[in-house]
Amino acid sequence: MSAKEYRTSASAKGGLLIVKDVPNIAFGDRVLIKDHRDHKRNGQVIRTTDNEVLIQIYEGTEDLDLENTWVRFLDEPLEISLSPELLGRVFNGIGEPKDDRPPITSNIRRNVNSSALNPAARTYPREFIQTGISTIDGLNSLVRGQKLPIFSASGLPHNRLAAQIVRQAKLVDEESSFSIVFAAMGVSYADARFFQEEFASSGVLGNVVMYINQADDPPVERLALPRVALTAAEYLAFDLDRHVLVVMTDMTNYAEALREVATAKGDVPSRKGYPGYLYSDLAEIYERSGRIKDRHGSITLVPVVSMPSDDITHPIPDLTGYITEGQIVLSRELNNQGIYPPVHISPSLSRLMKDGIGKDDTREDHPRVANQLYAMYAKAQETRNLASIIGADELSERDRRYLKFADEFDQKFVGQHEDEDRSIIETLNLSWELLSLFPKSALTRVSETDLAKYHHSSKK
Amino acid sequence: MNERSRSGIIREINGPIVTIRLPGVRNGEQVKIGDIGLYGEVIALEQEYAIVQAYESTEGLRPGESVEGLGLPLSVELGPGLLGSIFDGVQRPLEKIFLESGDHIPRGLNIPALDREKEWTFKPQPDLEIGTWISANSLLGTVQETETIELRVLVPPHHPRCELIELAPEGLYTLEDVIARIKLPNGKIQKIRLYHRWPVRTPRPYVQRDHGVSPLITGQRILDTFFPLLKGGKGAVPGPFGAGKTVVQQQVARWSNADIVIYVGCGERGNELVDVLETFPALQDPYSGRKLMERTLLVANTSNMPVVAREASIYVGMTIAEFYRDQGYDVVMLADSTSRWAEALREVSGRLGQMPVEEGYPAYLASRLAAIYERAGRVETNGCGKGSVTLIGAVSPPGGDFSEPVTAHTKEIIQTFWALSKELADARHYPAVDWVGSFSEHVSTAAVWWHEKIDTDWQRRRAQALALLAKDAELSRIVNLVGPEALSSAQRWELEGAALIKESVLQQSALDPVDTFSSPEKQYLLLNIVLTIFEKGAELIELGVPVQELTSLPMLSKVRRAKQVYSSEQCDKLRELMVDFNKTFDEIRLEYAKFKEHAQ
Repeated sequence: MSAKEYRTSASAKGGLLIVKDVPNIAFGDRVLIKDHRDHKRNGQVIRTTDNEVLIQIYEGTEDLDLENTWVRFLDEPLEISLSPELLGRVFNGIGEPKDDRPPITSNIRRNVNSSALNPAARTYPREFIQTGISTIDGLNSLVRGQKLPIFSASGLPHNRLAAQIVRQAKLVDEESSFSIVFAAMGVSYADARFFQEEFASSGVLGNVVMYINQADDPPVERLALPRVALTAAEYLAFDLDRHVLVVMTDMTNYAEALREVATAKGDVPSRKGYPGYLYSDLAEIYERSGRIKDRHGSITLVPVVSMPSDDITHPIPDLTGYITEGQIVLSRELNNQGIYPPVHISPSLSRLMKDGIGKDDTREDHPRVANQLYAMYAKAQETRNLASIIGADELSERDRRYLKFADEFDQKFVGQHEDEDRSIIETLNLSWELLSLFPKSALTRVSETDLAKYHHSSKK
Repeated sequence: MNERSRSGIIREINGPIVTIRLPGVRNGEQVKIGDIGLYGEVIALEQEYAIVQAYESTEGLRPGESVEGLGLPLSVELGPGLLGSIFDGVQRPLEKIFLESGDHIPRGLNIPALDREKEWTFKPQPDLEIGTWISANSLLGTVQETETIELRVLVPPHHPRCELIELAPEGLYTLEDVIARIKLPNGKIQKIRLYHRWPVRTPRPYVQRDHGVSPLITGQRILDTFFPLLKGGKGAVPGPFGAGKTVVQQQVARWSNADIVIYVGCGERGNELVDVLETFPALQDPYSGRKLMERTLLVANTSNMPVVAREASIYVGMTIAEFYRDQGYDVVMLADSTSRWAEALREVSGRLGQMPVEEGYPAYLASRLAAIYERAGRVETNGCGKGSVTLIGAVSPPGGDFSEPVTAHTKEIIQTFWALSKELADARHYPAVDWVGSFSEHVSTAAVWWHEKIDTDWQRRRAQALALLAKDAELSRIVNLVGPEALSSAQRWELEGAALIKESVLQQSALDPVDTFSSPEKQYLLLNIVLTIFEKGAELIELGVPVQELTSLPMLSKVRRAKQVYSSEQCDKLRELMVDFNKTFDEIRLEYAKFKEHAQ
């Protein structure tokens, strides 16, 4: 560490500081800044030339002046200390304690920008996680090591759903529970409080690490937060062999902070003012989940992405969907009908479901039942549209059956209580109860054997 | 080749873009940057400075550190040992890196792509005599690279006409061993080894281009029957997320009747490549019966890997594809996704401060895209007959909007367009290839093949099916406005016919062990059965049989299941089914005639 301090700042705006007349500083270097009130701030070098550097300050450039700002280059990247003591603690976006307890001391320090995981080191995620939520377990199953975001919007109960997943997630036939890494970016005080109380009341607090940046904390810090949180998750998963569930909320706030800094830097904007590298940047975060060969632990990632103006084609949910292995989409319409969790199954998807379900994992009919439910629901939606035009009375008997199915599906299958933990077998049996509203001949996506075994008309 | 290694210093670092001062460096030249020795490529020269894009993260690099010019452009190693491997975007062997360096990819690594220790059995060409005049791409001998693929050792393409002065006898050789010597017209003697290097941005030469003649059979009904792609053709699969681009690409990689498949994962998910890596070694090639991995090669730059290597990965894949094409093989190259490649271009151009044109993309996007697709094609090789490279690019339009620059430019270049639709995917109609938005310019060429090999009625049947689907769209609009009661019996039967086509022909499950692959014969039989049922039913309705009687026939659910019940080897069963159906229809007709008689 160099002891030398520079007082040669040339510009300070938008969270960025330019310092002149400095000798060859390394790209990505950590920086300590002392302002005129002797308060310390943290920063990182994001552009460097042979005589000047551009620094991104995590605490922002508010209240800085150019004359009384002392800058020290630490000659190391942004690192955090790691130890099992992390569990049960609360930190800010750059890993400093936020719970009035001393910092973590450990000789294990890691760079928060980990180098890319070798695809050849990965192993394909295939262990079914039971969340106890029918729309997820039955139709969009989550597996260990998957990244599955919740696409939500303002006013929808994504926080309650995320908390329910945290409470209920487990592997069938296995007692081991998940360690939780909770990363909150730009959340309101109420939301942060909600999760803290939720963890406390379900008794998992000792198994949770929290990284919290509230809505009134500096936005630049949000850029480091997910990386810091994932560095901790990687340590818990791959050093300590734990299964880690990372909940991140809200990625939209993260992306907005990225846009803010990119604009200040003068980066060329692409869509809606977001920088062209938003995709790569999000991928660097999301792709840190997964399973690694010969390692016991895993990182399962559930980010919450709120869709600005409920628009799923907005760059943030759109690019997220291209990176993650599916998405759980919440619907305002269902929510307005009082259905919880308001999961809209049509645009929801789990790409890794195929290898996590079926005979050896859940039950042999599961893949076909999911397929059949989707087909029936799609047809039922068409019928609903038709009924809204010509009136339900004009429908044929066959069509009325679809309407009945759609209503029961929304009420019984999608809707469940916030502390209702349905086993996968309960979910599948419920599926057959609904499918049995149709005669066997209408169900062509399940096999003859399934029909003989599970269709209610076979059970007399 | 490395005649002048020169050194200079770093001046500025801005993300993956490094400005250096290195006199005499050329555009396109590779450089080694800084104390850790990162690899990069010169992309622009400005007065005394050169702009370099680094293939690896530049964290920790500082101005003033040294750089070294390597004297040659980004090149790949071409020789035995490529197949079955997984490389990163600049052809570093990822499995070897994993064994040597652990879970994460360290920076500044220099591991050769091909194994230098491994010995291969080289068999010289029996009729080739010393003193023969040979030229670029002349066949010198063969190496059995995998059980299925025989690597043909050729004179590297940049050689002019020359005299063969030595050829090694049959035996075991490593890559560095000399297997032939040639004398150039200027008297210089050159050694030929089992491998050579080729710059990735230079298309490999060929004797002449040829027309595509036979369709690439993928075993996917909507692709082969409705929107065929020729061997040597250019295709694109655009679609919003969740529409199934990756599954379509993986199905083509699995089941297409190509000799070699090169799968370039360009800025996509790590787990998808792992899926290929873990499942392909266990899967059988339906044509050779051998393990699929023996004909497959992966180039992986996943979305979290450095963005500049993403731009290179497509060229690396294409150069390897051309290498096998020159040996007379039919190669399929899948690029998933070209949008990420375009975004890598955009990122670099943005950092260079170039003027953006559409959505931040540089003005040269269209010409670069066209140049890549143009490297696909069927060619006449020097001594190995005809070879081809078929290029299928996935496109990921933001928000599923096909008018965005990458999709729009791609559409102008390619010949086969498999448009994926969000609506179909949401209804779990897979593959979600939208029959309205897709097209193929190859139908009449493919028809020649289908008529000769399968049935002379193919083109007519295909057109009938598409017409019925178009009719269905029109009628559905009416139903949505005024309800099904407004339709005549014949029209309602048309709706049922279209539903049958969708459910028994177009929808195909990649997960079902039987349905995942459909031979051309099975494809045609299924289509023929459905259309025959429709036609016979239409005749009966003409006679006055109520449409409800037909739609409630149990045979309709039998047809819907047929694709999953009968495999491609059980086409006889499908023919029997057809006979049964005909019988049922005849019975209804008789019964109805009797009933009518009675009524009179």
